[in-house]
Amino acid sequence: MDPILRDLLEKVAGLHEIPQGAYNIRANGLSMGRGTTENIDIVPREDGTGIDVHIKPGTKRESVHIPVILSMSGINEAVCNDFYIGDDSDVTIVAGCGIHNGGAKESRHDGIHRFFIGKNAKLKYVEKHYGQGEGTGENIMNPRTEITIEEGGHMEMESAQIKGIDSTERVTIAHLKEGAKLVVQERLMTHGTQFADSRFDVSMDGDGASAKISSRSVARDNSKQVFYSNLIGNAACSGHTECDAIIMDQAKISSLPEITANHPDAALIHEAAIGKIAGEQIIKLMTLGLTEQEAEEQIVNGFLK
Amino acid sequence: MLELRNLSFGVEAGPGKKEILKDISLTVGEDKFVVITGPNGGGKSTLAKMIMGIEKPTSGQILLDGEDITEKSITDRANLGISFAFQQPVRFKGVKVLDLIRLAAKKDLSAADACKYLAEVGLCAKDYINREINGSLSGGELKRIEIASVLARGTKLSVFDEPEAGIDLWSFNNLIEVFENMRENTHGSIVIISHQERILNIADEIVVISEGSILKHGPKDEILPEILGTASAMTGCPAFRREA
Repeated sequence: MDPILRDLLEKVAGLHEIPQGAYNIRANGLSMGRGTTENIDIVPREDGTGIDVHIKPGTKRESVHIPVILSMSGINEAVCNDFYIGDDSDVTIVAGCGIHNGGAKESRHDGIHRFFIGKNAKLKYVEKHYGQGEGTGENIMNPRTEITIEEGGHMEMESAQIKGIDSTERVTIAHLKEGAKLVVQERLMTHGTQFADSRFDVSMDGDGASAKISSRSVARDNSKQVFYSNLIGNAACSGHTECDAIIMDQAKISSLPEITANHPDAALIHEAAIGKIAGEQIIKLMTLGLTEQEAEEQIVNGFLK
Repeated sequence: MLELRNLSFGVEAGPGKKEILKDISLTVGEDKFVVITGPNGGGKSTLAKMIMGIEKPTSGQILLDGEDITEKSITDRANLGISFAFQQPVRFKGVKVLDLIRLAAKKDLSAADACKYLAEVGLCAKDYINREINGSLSGGELKRIEIASVLARGTKLSVFDEPEAGIDLWSFNNLIEVFENMRENTHGSIVIISHQERILNIADEIVVISEGSILKHGPKDEILPEILGTASAMTGCPAFRREA
């Protein structure tokens, strides 16, 4: 594997080598390797537009890694992956996309991930997006995540986009049935003239469903961010959305939390806050010997951790 | 060690200027334990902040080991060996207690070593080391973590701004022990802003500040009986003084 691809793979998937368990590595639009296990099957679509991942009911403590890496400038691809998580299983899926754009052309990866989570199944989904490269071409990523959780299913989603993506439009749509639970933690940082738009639309359709969406973001330089989340309670359910943002330099942030109750027993809360780093936080760290800049870095890193 | 020369501090207030501190001169000797006390609003906290560089004096000089540090930044003063414990500790989303202690110690302390500092301030370390320094901690807990962060620095001068404020009675006894231990074991000078008799009682020297000026300064044995006596308590309070 060439060093640039290896580096990207480590950044987005924490992988140094070919992973244990099931995996599919897509590099520059082509499959670079695939592995399946007794319980997890990965089936590529014939037209090359993506994969279907099937996890057998009752599969426990197994993982699937599906990183996508682009190291050639000017690649423009759209991928659709479907994940079928069998009833009563308990698995982790690590996805991620890393772009190294050393050229002048735009590199773009649009991905649609659809999750069908079975009854009482438990899924942890981790997604990291990362861009680098000395070229002038833009790195663009537009991930779309569609989630359906059956009765008693549980999904925990962690997404992070910390560096190097010039433009992103993220959409996450979820439907939760009786007793289903969704927990999302999003971490976002934009700098330069980047633009990020993140939207959540979560419908709680069954009694006892619950959702917690929390987003922490930092906007620096002249970057722009829009956060939008809508929690819809169609049953006796509970939902909580919170967006907490640090604004720096000349950045702009919009936060639009929305909650909709279509049922008298839907309990929904939204919280949103945007603010600068508190001056007293910087002063405290300076009294420990950090410079103002070091203090700022420390606060931002902690906030996004 | 620390020398304050003719320090004054004023703020713009309405049409005129309000003087918070007036011509304060004070020397804190090596390894001395000095408690600054006096009525609220007298300028004690402002003086403490001025030593750390959080506030800049309108006039006067601050010297540390003979070096003029009046114009130095907070960071420079911290690196020259001054520590400061805030009266109202700062909260940080995402920063853990262990992170703060490590930043304070300026080295990659093991969790076990960091725990020692927490144990010293009476916190059961394993319950706290991985907690975030956010709103989930009580005022008393935050206060003790703040003091632990100063202990972890182990500098030649430590300034504590009302360490007892916001701490419950049970924890308070523990806190006194912390300062008694510091008194015995640390090599360095300690300046504490406090109203507590038990803290005043372990001082080498007591300074009484009222209405921006030093009212009294001397050895504990001399000053403490004066301020505990009824007559001196009355001189400490302008309202009583007027009635008298």
